[in-house]
Amino acid sequence: MSLASLTRPWAAMSYGFLDASARREIRRKLIKAVAVPGCQMPYASREVPMARGWGTGGLQATLTLVTPESVVKVIDQGADDSVNAASIRKFVTRVSGCAATWDTAAATLIQSRHRIPEERLRADQVLILQVPDPEPLRRVEPNISAARQMHADADYGRLWLTLYEQIVRKGRIMQGASYPSLVNGRHVITPSPIPRWDVPKLNMARHLTILSAGREKRIYAVPPHTRVEPLVFSDRPYQVEAHRGLTCARSGLGGFFMNEIPQADGGRIHEVSDSNLGIKAIRIAEGEDETIAETWYRNGEMQP
Amino acid sequence: MTEPILSVRGLTKRFRMHQIDTVLPTFDGISLDLAPGEFLLLKGRNGAGKSTLLRTLWRSYRPVAGQILYRARAGIIDLATAADIDVAHLRRTEIGFVTQFLTARPRVPAQDIVAEPLRLAGESAADARRAARHWLNEFGVREALWGAFPSTFSGGEQQKVNLARALIMPQRLLLLDEPTASLDAGARAALIRRLAELKAQGVAMIGVFHHPQDVEALIDREIDLTPDSPDTKAPDTKAPDTKERADVAL
Amino acid sequence: MTAALNIAGDATPLPLVPPQLVTTQPLLRMEGIRRRFGEVEALGGVDAAVYPGEVLGIVGESGSGKSSLLRMMNLEDTPDAGSYHLAIPDHAGRNLFDLDRYQRRMLCARRIGIVYQNPHLGLLMGNSSSGNVAERLLIAGERSFATLRDKARAALDASEFPLPRMDAPPAQLSGGMQQRVQLAKAIALEPTLLLLDEPTTGLDVSVQALVLDTLKRLQQERRITMVLVSHDLGVIRTMADRVMVMRRGLVVEQGLVDQVFQDPQHPYTQQLVHAKL
Repeated sequence: MSLASLTRPWAAMSYGFLDASARREIRRKLIKAVAVPGCQMPYASREVPMARGWGTGGLQATLTLVTPESVVKVIDQGADDSVNAASIRKFVTRVSGCAATWDTAAATLIQSRHRIPEERLRADQVLILQVPDPEPLRRVEPNISAARQMHADADYGRLWLTLYEQIVRKGRIMQGASYPSLVNGRHVITPSPIPRWDVPKLNMARHLTILSAGREKRIYAVPPHTRVEPLVFSDRPYQVEAHRGLTCARSGLGGFFMNEIPQADGGRIHEVSDSNLGIKAIRIAEGEDETIAETWYRNGEMQP
Repeated sequence: MTEPILSVRGLTKRFRMHQIDTVLPTFDGISLDLAPGEFLLLKGRNGAGKSTLLRTLWRSYRPVAGQILYRARAGIIDLATAADIDVAHLRRTEIGFVTQFLTARPRVPAQDIVAEPLRLAGESAADARRAARHWLNEFGVREALWGAFPSTFSGGEQQKVNLARALIMPQRLLLLDEPTASLDAGARAALIRRLAELKAQGVAMIGVFHHPQDVEALIDREIDLTPDSPDTKAPDTKAPDTKERADVAL
Repeated sequence: MTAALNIAGDATPLPLVPPQLVTTQPLLRMEGIRRRFGEVEALGGVDAAVYPGEVLGIVGESGSGKSSLLRMMNLEDTPDAGSYHLAIPDHAGRNLFDLDRYQRRMLCARRIGIVYQNPHLGLLMGNSSSGNVAERLLIAGERSFATLRDKARAALDASEFPLPRMDAPPAQLSGGMQQRVQLAKAIALEPTLLLLDEPTTGLDVSVQALVLDTLKRLQQERRITMVLVSHDLGVIRTMADRVMVMRRGLVVEQGLVDQVFQDPQHPYTQQLVHAKL
């Protein structure tokens, strides 16, 4: 018996880049995160060939879940064609042999930075959100040990207080992205810096959402059919961005979340933020065989 | 004769002053009874312990021997050993202490100071204030002063406020520590009227007066606290003198 | 001469008996509280009882254990031995030191108000004054902005805080105003028990008097049960019905406030009273 007979044959790298122990750990933490919705699970965020803060948390979750049968979509602020999204997509397909797509409806695994696609996700799809700062209590309690105790006690009075202060000082809640939301009536999360527009999409969704912060080494999740309630006062209803009446200058779509594009003449035009949705609309207008799946919003109104 | 409301038996008070390692005797083995509606005058030369006795009955001073059996509405209680909370309760509801000194808090209007005992007894603010104004008027405090702070008043006016406060609530036992000192004739007459009225309602009173002639008409009995001779007053601590004193009516 | 006076006999007052007339149970009851910090015995077996509507004063010099005892009452610290009962619904007959952290927090938020000497301990200096009051209500589950606003305003008003400044952060306010914000926060939920830890120490004499006036008025209007810790006998005399004198972790004397001040029994109390008078 030789030593070689006890070990696996040498390989240049593991499947999906991460080694088996890293994938196993992340899988276990994902199960925990699903089991306790909204509760941040610490994990040993590994090195990936990308700088911390560029989506390493999301990437590790994607690399853990990816299989050769997966169809991966990667978006950055709604766009499939940004440098960062393209690089991540290319890396994931190279190390896993999976397929890539821009089409939300065709994807099984969607890694996203700061947006949730406008087309409604299905039960067989997984959304992975990149999270820069997972701790909603960071601004009110810098001591992380104290913040963890506050989560344990569901002690969110100070978080509510920041909303109170915003109304007192500015007349309305100023919190734009990362709107603190109560998951399953128990843990408050920051839903990553998605706009207010996207938060209702998490509530009682059919799909699983995984939120992963690589630099901060935390994973948490919103399982399917789980309540996600933005923190609001009973007499101050939750408001999404006023994009309902805006129209995309390129695709003609209206009633979706828009990017504002300043013009040289001082004016501005809008462009639908979910770029693939815009592409689909243009193709349909050009008579191509394309379908837009059911969307969360219709005419700017969130559908139940 | 009706049952006494207060029966003092062998009451003794001494002060221990630790810093100079000394025990100061004041009075020793006092016994007396007081019936409802009775007015008892305490006499004696300065230092005989008249005020000390009143304060001991009030429990500002804690006696070292004897009993102060008070017939409260709920039953007989020994004020010499009663729990603090019981004494506080009786002070709020049954026993009043009228001193010559106003101890009211600053920055509280006169009418609120007077109304306070009624407020604490649970009366509405409006009723208490109405009664307070009545008594301020009775004791001759000018209406202009009712809303002012008594800390700025003259000694005589302060004393009137104090009396109005102390006598606004009908108590069952009143301890009077020179209430007529520094009063003008009008207020003194009002005080005597009020005391006579309370006495007729059955309020028992024990008082010390500089000028007993002020209240002559009210006095039922007098007790002289002056020890027969200061030299013979040094008591045998092992066997305190339980012999009843001739000047103490039983 | 002194020797001659000294023969006057025993001056030990008669021991007191349990209450006979007052049948109400104490609102607060602590028994056998012991706490040791390393070599130092901060509390050496303290009993305390406070009746509903009463103000208990606790006096003593620094290190006497009075503030340690108050922290126990606020469930901020647990003793090595002893029990703590509050006669309130859901907690009757229960040693509050057995509660877990969450239960303690909820109990404190709903039932116990506290004003600290140092406003930094009780207030969020960067938030608005009204927000500091609102936080209490938020912890208790209030979710209507209008109600929060109204209740915060009412509590600040009751504390005689100038309402035009209700949204100014405490950091911009004077010491006396900061104490009023703490007080408003403490009374916002109509606490069963109000704890005051040297609430006016460090304030100007005139400001101190005004804050005490407010406290006294609130106490009389609302019959709030209070425990007041102070080394200032004047404050205790103004506020308290009964007083407990502490020294080196023990209660050396307690009684009605006028009795303790006029006829102090313990050598230490006499020294304290005479030093002041």
